[in-house]
Amino acid sequence: MIPVKFDYLAPTSVEEALSALGEHGDEAKILAGGQSLLPVLRMRLNAPEVVIDLGGISSLRGIRDDGDAIVIGAMTTHHDVRDHELVKEHVLLISKAAAEVADSQIRHRGTFGGALAHADPAGDLGAPALALGAQFVIAGAGGTRTVEADDFFVDLFETAIGDDEILTEVRIPKHTGWGAHYEKFVRVAHQWPIVAVAATVKGSIDEAKIGLTNMGSTPLRARATEAALAGASATEDGVRAAAEQAAEGTNPPSDLNGAADYRQHLARVLTGRAVLKAAGV
Amino acid sequence: MTKIELTVDGAAVSDDVEPRMLLVQYLREKLGKTGTVIGCDTSNCGACTVHLDGTSVKSCNVLAVQASGRTVTTIEGLADTAEGDLHPVQEAFRECHGLQCGFCTPGMVMQAVDLLGENPNPTEEEVRLGMEGNLCRCTGYHNIVKSVLHAAETQGAKA
Repeated sequence: MIPVKFDYLAPTSVEEALSALGEHGDEAKILAGGQSLLPVLRMRLNAPEVVIDLGGISSLRGIRDDGDAIVIGAMTTHHDVRDHELVKEHVLLISKAAAEVADSQIRHRGTFGGALAHADPAGDLGAPALALGAQFVIAGAGGTRTVEADDFFVDLFETAIGDDEILTEVRIPKHTGWGAHYEKFVRVAHQWPIVAVAATVKGSIDEAKIGLTNMGSTPLRARATEAALAGASATEDGVRAAAEQAAEGTNPPSDLNGAADYRQHLARVLTGRAVLKAAGV
Repeated sequence: MTKIELTVDGAAVSDDVEPRMLLVQYLREKLGKTGTVIGCDTSNCGACTVHLDGTSVKSCNVLAVQASGRTVTTIEGLADTAEGDLHPVQEAFRECHGLQCGFCTPGMVMQAVDLLGENPNPTEEEVRLGMEGNLCRCTGYHNIVKSVLHAAETQGAKA
């Protein structure tokens, strides 16, 4: 199928894009890499009258070092995020998760900001962004504001980004030297995870940060496991015991891929694996 | 209608297209390049893979207007000439019989070329991972992987 007819705008600056968004309001949809939006339009699950393509705004692409944080432009592709030296050195967990998004072709087009703004609870980047305490820089008519990861993910496909706003970049506090692993459980190689766990640890183990994918309507932190791991030694038994608490406070969906209690079981097992791999055990 | 100008298989083309037109539709229906096929139409199977500015994309998941100002290479423009020559990866697929019904082959070849461009000497596992976005409904993966590894060897021997 092909999408319903729409008008196409290709602004070349964030200001132009915001003014187009201001003019068309809810009739408009933002197109980033299009790897989630185009299937939605083709299946006619959504039929915006106007599509605003951010592809021509070069200032939204790129990765830079900003002192205590690495800043990733919203239109940077998963492929470029995965391979960037600054990302690998300072926020390794992001590189590991970006490597697991869909497949090679999709990673060439799909964007870091687009995926986070889409906020699919089964998307691979929400959990690592949450675990690392990312800050989301959002532009609107009145200027820019910054939203903490804890407040960014609101619900299924819903974020703190307003209808008249655009996510421009994501600041991720440096976790230089932290081990990291993204453990993804899928039925088909390039599909969305049934459950996935993003884990990053300092030392073995001074501190652990763990994000869960597809364990609720938003990405979640495995806080009880994080607390149990802080100051613990990274032995297989110790990590697996701490991981037993990984599903606490989660509310995963039940669907054809698995019932909620099965997902909670997966969260415990995968958390153990992710932490052990992140700690290099 | 929106005006687009792009390069497809070495030739400059310009057209007025509906913004909703997919790149794969444009290639097949406007330019007659039916070597690029539509498999699943849901961006899963990879049969429609082409190169956009030198990297692989699923052309059913890109709008034609998004390709404006860019360079597209399809399976039809992969070999040096159209007169029966084959690209080394196409040659390897023939040599190793890397196809059964052949429907997924254009996409498989385009993705394999991208993969070998990034990693000229992949392991078998790296080939399987790198080709994860391409499905073969005949399940002929074994010979496809052999073909990609064979292409890596022959390209390496040439270099």
